[in-house]
This record gives sequence, structure tokens and C-alpha cells, in this order.
Amino acid sequence: MATVALSGISKQFGRTLAVDDLSLTIASGEFVVLLGPTGAGKTTTLRLIAGLETPDGGSLHIDGQDMTRMPPAGRDVAFVFQQYSLYPHLSVFDNLAFPLRSPARRVPEDEIRRTVEAVANMLRIGHKLGNRSTQLSGGEMQRVAIGRALVRQPSIFLMDEPLSSLDAKLRADLRLELKRIQRELAATILYVTHDQIEAMTMADRIGILSEGRLVQIGTPRQIYEDPDNVYVAARLGQPAINVLPVGVIPAENAPDAAFSLGARTEHLRIAAADATSANARLDWVEHLGDQNHLHIRIGDFRLTTLADPASRLAGEEAIRVEAVSPLYFDEDGNRIR
Amino acid sequence: MSTSTAHSVVEPSRLTRTIAGTLVIVYALVTMVPLAWIFLTGFKTPPDSISYPPKVVFEPSLEGYVNLFTTRTRQTPDYMASLPPPQTWYEELVRSRQMVIAGPSKFGERFLNSVIIGFGSTFLSVFLGTLAAYAFSRFRVPLADDLLFFILSTRMMPPIAVAIPIFLMYRTLGLSDTHLGMIILYTAVNVSLSVWLLKGFVDEIPREYEEAALIDGYTRLQAFVKVVLPQMATGIAATAIFCLIFAWNEYAFALLLTSGTAQTAPPFIPTIIGEGGLDWPAIGAGVTLFLLPVLVFTILLRKHLLRGITFGAVRK
Repeated sequence: MATVALSGISKQFGRTLAVDDLSLTIASGEFVVLLGPTGAGKTTTLRLIAGLETPDGGSLHIDGQDMTRMPPAGRDVAFVFQQYSLYPHLSVFDNLAFPLRSPARRVPEDEIRRTVEAVANMLRIGHKLGNRSTQLSGGEMQRVAIGRALVRQPSIFLMDEPLSSLDAKLRADLRLELKRIQRELAATILYVTHDQIEAMTMADRIGILSEGRLVQIGTPRQIYEDPDNVYVAARLGQPAINVLPVGVIPAENAPDAAFSLGARTEHLRIAAADATSANARLDWVEHLGDQNHLHIRIGDFRLTTLADPASRLAGEEAIRVEAVSPLYFDEDGNRIR
Repeated sequence: MSTSTAHSVVEPSRLTRTIAGTLVIVYALVTMVPLAWIFLTGFKTPPDSISYPPKVVFEPSLEGYVNLFTTRTRQTPDYMASLPPPQTWYEELVRSRQMVIAGPSKFGERFLNSVIIGFGSTFLSVFLGTLAAYAFSRFRVPLADDLLFFILSTRMMPPIAVAIPIFLMYRTLGLSDTHLGMIILYTAVNVSLSVWLLKGFVDEIPREYEEAALIDGYTRLQAFVKVVLPQMATGIAATAIFCLIFAWNEYAFALLLTSGTAQTAPPFIPTIIGEGGLDWPAIGAGVTLFLLPVLVFTILLRKHLLRGITFGAVRK
């Protein structure tokens, strides 16, 4: 495992700037998640590190060596693709053995067998080695895809939304498994996703990408509690943060420069109120089983927040909403701390 | 719109199936009658083959096949009587017509020429087509669309339209009546088909496979051989059949450009002359044998062919 350092990397496709002056250092053994919507440059960043794209500017160092112009085979990275990751004409065993059988590596066949079996057992697909890769379930396929990366000890694992094509249950299982494996191997992983739960649960650090730029990077807690701007704040939290102009919700000591206010569930105090003290109306309560979402109308604005389990609010009633030390943003959306 | 359709939309109804089945059978009969005719002619005697009305029931004879493979000369009854008794069944057959076998015919050589030229040009077309298709599909080729159109446009005219320039060119270059010349010619005609068909197949293979192989430590060529080629097998088989059928059946250029050493079977077969005109049973026998290789090749690859034809139309 090795340190991977990107400095000032840029990549343009036609007129679109896919990655814009991106600098990022991933420490050895660190699990970094890049989070952002489609088109934010997440996948391009991975492809640049893998060598599938050549940057227009900037440099890439893996373990201190300049790898900016190195072809993919020389970089010693492993890539897990979102889909199409298994060779349909090969068995599961041959798929897993494929990276080791590269002419550049020349691993003896008995060692290949041992490694493949060990990795297959770790991923709990040991009994499927003889299958054709097309005869697997979605979860098994993705395990094999991850296994193909694990059979060698690359300097970094690059994972491009490896779980996004799976159903919710499998995704939750593999999320845990991936984190366990990463700890076991002390693997360096750069993981790309648009799923905030994956980011929150697995990452040592989360990097938020927007239009090719790294907007903020920090631990999941930092990103959640202390976002630099509205964009970052909106990336994490379920339901999403409510952003309203200052003054709509009563709040204490709003800074003078504050333009808007961001309120998550923990920033809102909600209580049933009589006609005189009420400032909002509860439209309806959405029951999701384990949690209830409150849909509130305040003036011309709408809020969505989690209900306090102890609250007895049932919907269609007048309420009072107050903000308690919410996040403040200036006119440009930057955070005022 | 009526919503009370009782039958399934996907499953054809009984009536549809009956009509479709009948149509297929009628079509098959229409296309197979000439084949059956020529096949049966191969087993007729020369008088039976030209009798009118045509004989459907006749006594089968191998005379056509014997005549196809031999040259014979007519002899006087005195000479015939002086010969020792015939050693083989075909000598006996020939002597019953007052003739003796003078030697083998040219059919074997011509057939071999067809095999060399047909399979040679098929291999070359598919080989070149595979590489070109891969390049067009994967690399940024300057003016790719124009080049592809140009390649396709070579198919827009009937090849025979350029017969005279090619005839003159081949004579100057010394390619007339050579195996190499015919292989090059058929390859030139087939390669456009091959590039276009195969490009469709390469386009269907996600790039991620090769990219994964590149990252796994393979060079692009190794990735192509190990990952792309196996997945193209179906497309290559289908393309090879189309190329072979064209090269195997081609008549006009073969007639024009070959006469001796490199003459293929198609221009040779109709020229088989018997006594007093064309030797129809020998021609029937020659056509029957000539059809066999393509038949066998197609049967061997039919699984790929069926999948190949529907490839791209149906997403897996």
C-alpha cells in the first residue's frame, strides 16, 4: 500500500472541464470516498489515477514516484468498475486469476491457485469458483469483481460505485464486508459514490466534488457538522438540510452578513402551538416505519424534518418552529462560522 | 382501443403459427426445387438427363460422377474387344459406352483452387476486418465516419462494373490467373462487409473489459487477444460465413480473370462437355460436390450464425 498524491490535476473533454485543478493526498491505508452528483468528475478522477485518461495538467505521484505519464499496466493500481466487470467468457476462477496471469507478472500457477482460493474464501464465493461468470447473482458478480482487485496487492484500490447496481440489502452487506476487508488488509482505497450512506459508513475522509473541483475534504463528521458551504451541507443528511432565507424561522444571534440559514433536524425545535404563538403549519406526517418525516409549511417555504419519536404531532395542525444554532451562509452560499 | 384481447401479445396465436409455418414450407420448397433437380441430375444417365418430359423416377447411375472426374476417349469395337477385362466398376461403366478412361479430369484441381482462394480470401477479409473494426470502434481515427462511408461505398456498385480496369490492371501486374490475384480481389470486395459487420460486434463489447485488462497489467494487444477476441467469436464466425459464401460462389470475375492454373470451380463446371453437348449428369455431380463445403462450414458454425444475425437487435 502506498500514498497517492494528486496535485493540480486537470482534464478537459471538448469544452467540458471534467476535473479542475484537483489536489488530493490519500495516505497509505486510508479509505477516501469522493461524493458528488453525476458529472461532478468522480469517475474521471479515478480514471486519471488508473491511467485510462491522461491529465491535461498537474501531476500524479504514487508512493513518491511520478506516474503522470505512466501507462495503466505500470501503475500497480486495481480498479473495480460499476458494471461489466467480469469477463463473460471465463469462469469465476479464471476471472480472479486474470490479473495474476498477466504476462508482466509471471506468477507460478500453484501460487495463483492459492491466492485465488484465499481471496474467494474471504469474499465467501469459494464454492462458486467453477461457475461461469455469467451464472452468478448480482451480489456474487460484484464480489468477484472486488476479488479481482484483491488478488494482487496494488498500491491503491480504485472503486467506481461498485455497489450501485445492487439491491439495498446486498449493498448494506457488501458495505460492511468491504470495510472489514479494508481494515484487515490495511488497504488504501479511493471510492467513488453518490450514495451518502456509503460515504458516511465507510470513509475515513470524504471529499465533496462539484463540477470537477474538490469543494471540501474531511472526516464524515466534519463534513456533516461543519460544511464550508451550502453545496457541501446539502450532500449529507437525510432528509436533506432545509435552506431558507434568514428571518423566516426565528433564530437567536444570526450574524449580520447571514443571507440564508441551514437547518437540519437537530437544529429545529418544533412544538404544537395555539393560534397566537404558531408561525407554521404541519401539512402531513410521512410514516416510514422506523422514522417519521414532518412536512411543514412556514410562510411561502417548506421544511422537511424528522419527527421526535416522543412527539404526538399527527398532521394538519398549527405549530411553532424555532431554529437552534443553525448553520448560516452568506449571499454566495459560503458558510459564516 | 380494445382491451379484450384474449391471446398473449408475446406468444403468437395458433393461426399465426400455422400461416407462418405454411409460408416457410412453401418458400423452402420453391428454393429447394432447383437444388433437388441438379442433385438428381447428377445421378441420371446422359439420355435420362435430357429426356422430355423430364424423368422424376429413373434408375440411378454414377456415370455423372465418373465423367466428372475422368476424361474418356471413344474406341473402335475391335480395340474394345482386345482389352483385358475391366479392373474396376467405373472402368466397366465407361466401357459400356464404348469408351476408355484416358486420365483424370481437371475437376479436382479446380475444386482445390476454389478451396484455396475461397478460404484464403475469407481468412484475410476477416483478419483485416477484425483489426480495422477494432480500430474504428476504439481509437480516435481521423475522419473515421468518412472512412467508414468510403469503405461501405465500395459495395455500392456491382463489383463487375470495374471488371475491365481490373482485367487490365491484373494483366499488367501479372496477377491474372494466379491464386494470389484472386485472393486479393475477393478480399478487397469482402473487406468492406467484414469491417462493417465486425465493427457492430466490437461496439457491443463494453470498453470496461479492456480497461480492466490494461489495469491488470496487460498491453493493449494482449488485452485484445485475451478479452476482446473471445467475445467476438460469434461475430467472426458469422462474418466468415458471409465472406466464404461470396468468394466461393463468385462467377463473373473468376470467368474473366482465370482460365488455367487458378481457375475456380464455378467457371469450370458449366464447361464440362460430353459427347454431343454439355454433360448434364457430370455438371449435376460437380454442383452437388461444390455445394458441400459451404454446407458443412455453415452447419459447423450455425449456432454462431444464428446468434450473430440477431446480435445487436436483442439486448441480453
